[in-house]
Amino acid sequence: MNGVHDLGGMHGFGPVVREDDEPVFHEAWEGRIFALMSLMGQHPGLFHPGGFRFRLESIDPPRYLSSSYYEKWMMVLEQALVEKGIVTADELAARTDHVREHADFKLPRREDPKLVELIRLAALTRYPPHREVGVAPRFATGDRVRARNNINPAGHTRLPRYVRGRRGTIDRVHGVHDFQDAIPPGTKAQPQPVYCVRFDANELWGESAEPRESVYVDMWESYLEPA
Amino acid sequence: MSEAHSGEHHHETEPYAALRTKALESLLVEKGLVSSDAIDALVQAYEQDIGPLNGAKVVARAWVDPAYKQRLIVKGTEAIAELGFGGSQGAEIVVLENTPAVHNMVVCTLCSCYPWPVLGLPPTWYKSHAYRARAVIEPRAVLRELGLALDDSVEVRVWDSTADVRYMVLPRRPKGSEGLAEAELASLVSRDSMIGVAEAGPPSGVGQ
Repeated sequence: MNGVHDLGGMHGFGPVVREDDEPVFHEAWEGRIFALMSLMGQHPGLFHPGGFRFRLESIDPPRYLSSSYYEKWMMVLEQALVEKGIVTADELAARTDHVREHADFKLPRREDPKLVELIRLAALTRYPPHREVGVAPRFATGDRVRARNNINPAGHTRLPRYVRGRRGTIDRVHGVHDFQDAIPPGTKAQPQPVYCVRFDANELWGESAEPRESVYVDMWESYLEPA
Repeated sequence: MSEAHSGEHHHETEPYAALRTKALESLLVEKGLVSSDAIDALVQAYEQDIGPLNGAKVVARAWVDPAYKQRLIVKGTEAIAELGFGGSQGAEIVVLENTPAVHNMVVCTLCSCYPWPVLGLPPTWYKSHAYRARAVIEPRAVLRELGLALDDSVEVRVWDSTADVRYMVLPRRPKGSEGLAEAELASLVSRDSMIGVAEAGPPSGVGQ
């Protein structure tokens, strides 16, 4: 989607502010939300492929820009849980009030050592994106290509606006990976060759480009046409 | 809000996000959809075990072992796995070598893609709107702000992680680090040097 999340090349966001010795999570709740999302992300049907990212991108733009990273995760998790009927909006509101009114509220605990073992394994296990499906890449390293300009997918896409219509060069062929753009519900993502495409900064930014710069963008084959 | 933990101000409540997270966690635990110890384990894994110290070990090995470095550049994922690292958000990692002539830096303009197995979870600045917006259009300006002034003769390559591949930078070995052992070298490798917004640090407190 042509959303506010597609930030590459935008002006007006001010300096990049770096915090010294930044903790992984600033508040305990951030870690809990991270973990809840990671665990519920495995729940069948809660997020279809690309669904997590699309929900993030669909947050009302002013809220998107004014919320912290894990606040956005929380919004998306809540929204998916309520939409799928796993948690109702009413019970969530009631429980939030209850927690607010009871400073001594203690979280219920449920232990599942087998799941803990699975989690540790899952965090350390590689699920390579490669698919051996006999799809031959259309382009080779060194080929000149153009990112398609005439597409504006309303769903999730990994084709940033700042490269659309721009010419680049295939820098490397990554292999064949599942397509991550939005697909109709109930269908399966079709694997496609993925390329790393090099764009000269002048091609992207014209006269305002900095000297001796290029940008490398990973792109599925259907984003590209020969140039 | 800062009074939340003061016993004398027990009417002051925690921030909304903290309350809401407790509400969510308690409901999901009660429904049997998550377990508390799995949540604890995930938080602990990314707070303590999976972080930039992993990447630093990879870099230090590459600095002392030219054959390893070669494997790392050609097949990053496999070479990183030799040191026991790999997994979620790093099923395929490409390593980019900084040289006197070429400087690489990594961004995710659309979201926050980042090589978790070697760097852990991304810092806030990496996920910030400012970095995501500016890294591709004015990388030199961003680097200068972050304290890295590159000569105009150096080529800058910005890698926008838009798909399933994750990128990590192999920084240049600092001058004066020749006599150091691998573990000492690893201590010179900062997270930011592996994102490509800093150089690896100079040796400090070691030797002369």
